[in-house]
Amino acid sequence: MTSTAPVASGAAPEEPLLRRLMRATEVDTRMIGMVAAITLIWVGFHVYTYLQSGEGLFLTPRNLWNLTVQTSSVAVMATGMVLVIVMRHIDLSVGAIIALVSTIVGVAQVDFLPTYLGLDNPATWIISIALALAVGCTVGALQGALVAYVGIPAFIVTLGGQLFWRGAAWWVTTGATIAPLDSRFARMGGGPPSGSIGEWGSWALALFICAGIVASLYFGRRRRARYNFPLRPMWAEITVAVIGCFVTLGATAIVNAYPLPERVAERYAEAHNIPVPPGGLDIPTGYAIPVLIALAAGLVITFVARRTRFGRYVYAIGGNPEAALLAGINVRRITVMVFALMGTLAGISACIDSARLDSATNALGTLDELYVIAAAVIGGTSLSGGVGTIYGALIGALVIQSLQSGMVLLGFDSAFQQMVVGLVLVAAVGIDTSYRRGTAKG
Amino acid sequence: MDAQTKAPLIEMKDISIAFGGVKAVDRASVNLFPGEVVGLLGHNGAGKSCLIKILSGAYKRDSGQIFVNGEEAQIANPRDAKRYGIETIYQTLALADNVDAASNLYLGRELMTPWGTLDDSAMEHEARRVMGRLNPNFRRFKVPVISLSGGQRQSVAIARAIHFNARILIMDEPTAALGPAETAQVGELVKQLKADGIGIFLISHDIHDVFDLADRIAVMKNGQVVGIGPVSAMTKDEVLGMIILGKCPPGATPGPGAVTSN
Repeated sequence: MTSTAPVASGAAPEEPLLRRLMRATEVDTRMIGMVAAITLIWVGFHVYTYLQSGEGLFLTPRNLWNLTVQTSSVAVMATGMVLVIVMRHIDLSVGAIIALVSTIVGVAQVDFLPTYLGLDNPATWIISIALALAVGCTVGALQGALVAYVGIPAFIVTLGGQLFWRGAAWWVTTGATIAPLDSRFARMGGGPPSGSIGEWGSWALALFICAGIVASLYFGRRRRARYNFPLRPMWAEITVAVIGCFVTLGATAIVNAYPLPERVAERYAEAHNIPVPPGGLDIPTGYAIPVLIALAAGLVITFVARRTRFGRYVYAIGGNPEAALLAGINVRRITVMVFALMGTLAGISACIDSARLDSATNALGTLDELYVIAAAVIGGTSLSGGVGTIYGALIGALVIQSLQSGMVLLGFDSAFQQMVVGLVLVAAVGIDTSYRRGTAKG
Repeated sequence: MDAQTKAPLIEMKDISIAFGGVKAVDRASVNLFPGEVVGLLGHNGAGKSCLIKILSGAYKRDSGQIFVNGEEAQIANPRDAKRYGIETIYQTLALADNVDAASNLYLGRELMTPWGTLDDSAMEHEARRVMGRLNPNFRRFKVPVISLSGGQRQSVAIARAIHFNARILIMDEPTAALGPAETAQVGELVKQLKADGIGIFLISHDIHDVFDLADRIAVMKNGQVVGIGPVSAMTKDEVLGMIILGKCPPGATPGPGAVTSN
């Protein structure tokens, strides 16, 4: 029998300061844990490289800039994988979709579009991206339909898909590497200087984001006040705003502290008629376009998850599929939509990956599905469904990439790198599971 | 039957459904009048829940007709049923455990802002109002319903059923997970809803509950209706006889499941 008295959720009077801070700001404890983990990894690698070579190599603008660029492709897909896993499904085909999409887009750019549009036509990159999104979405929707309407488990459908689509990519390219790609399309890869938005563009974006943070806090508070809901204390609101703006401006300062590589800077100066000063050029790089794409994906999918009917249904279905059905939700349609969204995001990642390499091959994206799933799971997405956040998956992707980059800096064997990532995945889920067990009845 | 002067709110006629070779419900006919509570009794697997899921749109019947206010109703899914004002409180509560009370209350019929996004503030506001009436001590609007107590979860499920102007309410084992105080609360609620003219199907295998609350009792056995009759015309022993032996007492109208011999 359950107890009839409502359990008082009131806090003990002598609550520690940190706990009170977290309660007032409504910050997820899991997020604190992940941020702490990432800080530990970063500082750890920095200190290690310092001890090893007398120079800290990890916490440098150059390394952090590269780290975020390398994270972006997996991060984009991880946002969608959260929704797939929340609905109690899985998508093992995203790496193969990357291969398929990038080879199709590559063939289009190299073999077809130049015939009709000529080389270097400004429409080429737009058509390429549209094609990538369309192919990704179609493949995803197809797999979703097999899961939803035929009732084949997602694991099997996407496992088959993994083989099928990578085979299809091989067939498209006949095994050849397709290069070079359109120069405007290649900006999505983040290669300097055209792959980033420059110093002033980055500062403008930072100010815009800060304004967005303050505005969303203000309007959120006003809305709660209008309904007479309990409000967060004013100091908590200000703390959140200050931290948000500080992180944004700090990140911007870091990407702007990374100068363009010497050769690139010289060519850039030549093209823009900038005189080369005696001490060499120092042109800030700014945010890379793939990183902005990943952040935008995170923002959009968070909005979809929290503010739309579709997102609400995805979580409700993951929490209790039968209840969702009884509430009149069209579970099958939502399933198709989730897989279509996942495929579309894989299409975006395909553009980032192939643009970064300035080529497309049928081996692109190999094992990516596992990194994407690992990112979502390290970020707190539960494989039993119903639970998971988008920002968690983004941080999860950053954790994995940080480990890999750090081990590369330390000169670890690739064999050892894989082993460490595997261990971290298992350990992260282990810690998370015991944490959940501790707080399940809140 | 005193209620016969009014038109029936719901009339289910010769409803059948089979799963594979098993006839879960076989030619069942039950009706319900406004302001009336009909108790549906029977063993586990007798077909009560199944019959009720046909009415609530969760299952599609193989044959038979459903009339709402004398007009034949097309009920193919839960959405259809809700359009006819048929609301259900399931035995399992059918709550999405991972989202909060307001999201559950409005699941499938969310309030939207003019921009087409979820209006969570409006939903929480309404949820606070409705829950305040049902369970004044309830404060935990921001947590997933899995962390609520059994009684609190029940309140959320009840609020969802009565908030949208239900005319017909189906309660499937509403007190199975509750303590004595909460059971009494549900009893009060049933009386209040009755007074508002709402018709209620009460499914239970607790015969005492049903005798306390129901006006008429229908008993099912092996998917068939054994008999229907007013509570006042039957004793508890006679009802037990219907449940166990399928023997229809003189106070009740026999159905296809009644044992005819001796």
